[in-house]
Amino acid sequence: MVRALLGALIIGLIAPALGIYLVQRRLSLIGDGIGHVALTGVGVGLLLNQSPVLTAVVVSIIGAIGVELVRERGRTSGDLALALLFYGGIAGGVVLVGLSEDSSNANLMQFLFGSLTTTSRQDLIVIAVLGVAVLVAMLGLRQALFAVCNDEEYARVSGLPVRTLNLLMAVTTAVTVTIAMRTVGLLLVSALMVVPVAAAQQVTRGFRSTMAAAMVIGVGSAAAGVWLAGEVDTAPGATIVILAIAAFVAVTVGAGTWRVLRRRSAPGRQQAAAQLEPPEVVLQAEAR
Amino acid sequence: MSVVTVSHAAVSYGGRAVLQDIDLDVQPGQVVAILGANGSGKSTLIRTILGLVPLEAGTVTLFGTPQRRFRQWARIGYVPQRMGAGSGVPATVGEVVASGRLARRGIFRPSGAADREAVRAALTDVGLLDRIADPVSTLSGGQQQRTLIARALAGRPDLLILDEPTAGVDAASQDAFASALRRFAEAGGTILLVAHELGPIEPLIDKAVVVHHGRIAYEGAVPEPAGHHAEPGHDHVHPHAEAERARICVAPTDRMPAN
Repeated sequence: MVRALLGALIIGLIAPALGIYLVQRRLSLIGDGIGHVALTGVGVGLLLNQSPVLTAVVVSIIGAIGVELVRERGRTSGDLALALLFYGGIAGGVVLVGLSEDSSNANLMQFLFGSLTTTSRQDLIVIAVLGVAVLVAMLGLRQALFAVCNDEEYARVSGLPVRTLNLLMAVTTAVTVTIAMRTVGLLLVSALMVVPVAAAQQVTRGFRSTMAAAMVIGVGSAAAGVWLAGEVDTAPGATIVILAIAAFVAVTVGAGTWRVLRRRSAPGRQQAAAQLEPPEVVLQAEAR
Repeated sequence: MSVVTVSHAAVSYGGRAVLQDIDLDVQPGQVVAILGANGSGKSTLIRTILGLVPLEAGTVTLFGTPQRRFRQWARIGYVPQRMGAGSGVPATVGEVVASGRLARRGIFRPSGAADREAVRAALTDVGLLDRIADPVSTLSGGQQQRTLIARALAGRPDLLILDEPTAGVDAASQDAFASALRRFAEAGGTILLVAHELGPIEPLIDKAVVVHHGRIAYEGAVPEPAGHHAEPGHDHVHPHAEAERARICVAPTDRMPAN
């Protein structure tokens, strides 16, 4: 149980740290796509009797790099390429898992929706080590990644290694998705990357504050989700995601209410004097 | 040593020649304006100089070094026409301007007091220091342009390259950054800008280069606008204007003055 909680907390902390960059570039669904591709990796692992997490990491990294190279070229329609990846990934995964010896439905379910309670000590070590690596990269390179995601051409002219940073983000996405496979499963991992960021930006003004708030919401949802799932005996992964969405709703409603109350309590507040253009026509009648 | 030298440059896009046989020289301390109608290739010329568009023929030399080997990007401050497309997450004015320090600092060193000081100085220069903690999405178009100029100035560059800085910008903002550009030029900086209406920047220009159908048509003092282009407020849009990257297609609307 403690292992399950620790695994969930690590994922809750690092998923939004990566997700904020995906949301900034409007690639929020990438995590989903890589998750689908990872399923093929899992199928490969089960078929070849290797560690499915390891093969999932390898296939996801290849898939993520492929998606990044397609996006960089800009020629192929991004959403078509993603669609091919998504559906090919899931279909490939289901077929391969079916062909393997362990072909029960339960096996597929644990990868699709997480199997937090069966986290072994070795699993936790892998999650912790990779999680720390992801966190160090995403926080340590925050300014550079912000620049690339905010304005890629400007970053290029600044001499930043844009392609390397893009590939780093692709690989990090693949790694995060596969280690989160245990917690919330491949179908829901994108939620933990994106929903805490969506919640945070309802109330924050800047990038740094959004990142911090998103990580707090992520960890909070993970902790509360594991506790609640234990109390009412529900799937922990799905419970975590539902709580994250509940947090989003609560923050949005709360922020909206706050804004309405503030406006009501200061009715006579003066608007800041707008900087007006000089009038383009003569207003007085003198020119006649 | 010239700051920018372009020699016999040619650029194609999708098989179509956009720039042909371009020669350009910018000396230190000069303020050079590249003028021309939409679709003439003037923005492409700037982007080629910056390395954003590949050269098909010819060479570009920056600060005496061939572009391919040039590494001192901190000496160049680029001001694009619009904020980039990465706006899914809020960012404060201060954070956007701070990304202008990365060329100086490198990606591995954390930001320090010198960086904060440079950001504040740049924002003071464009008159936006009071908005440093505000999200950029709450700024007007002209204020966002000033933020982009502050971002370029924060790196303390020797050369400023601006792509249509006054396009669609309110008069107060135009005056604010004409002053910032004047101060930059007076301190010895070099400026290369693309424009099709100069407005308050016109007194600063040392040399005007007119690009027409991908070739240099004129080089010298700022020319008088011809024909109906001379009407103030004329919207310099021609039919068959090239739909540039990430911009909405421009419809042919060559408006005649209302008399």
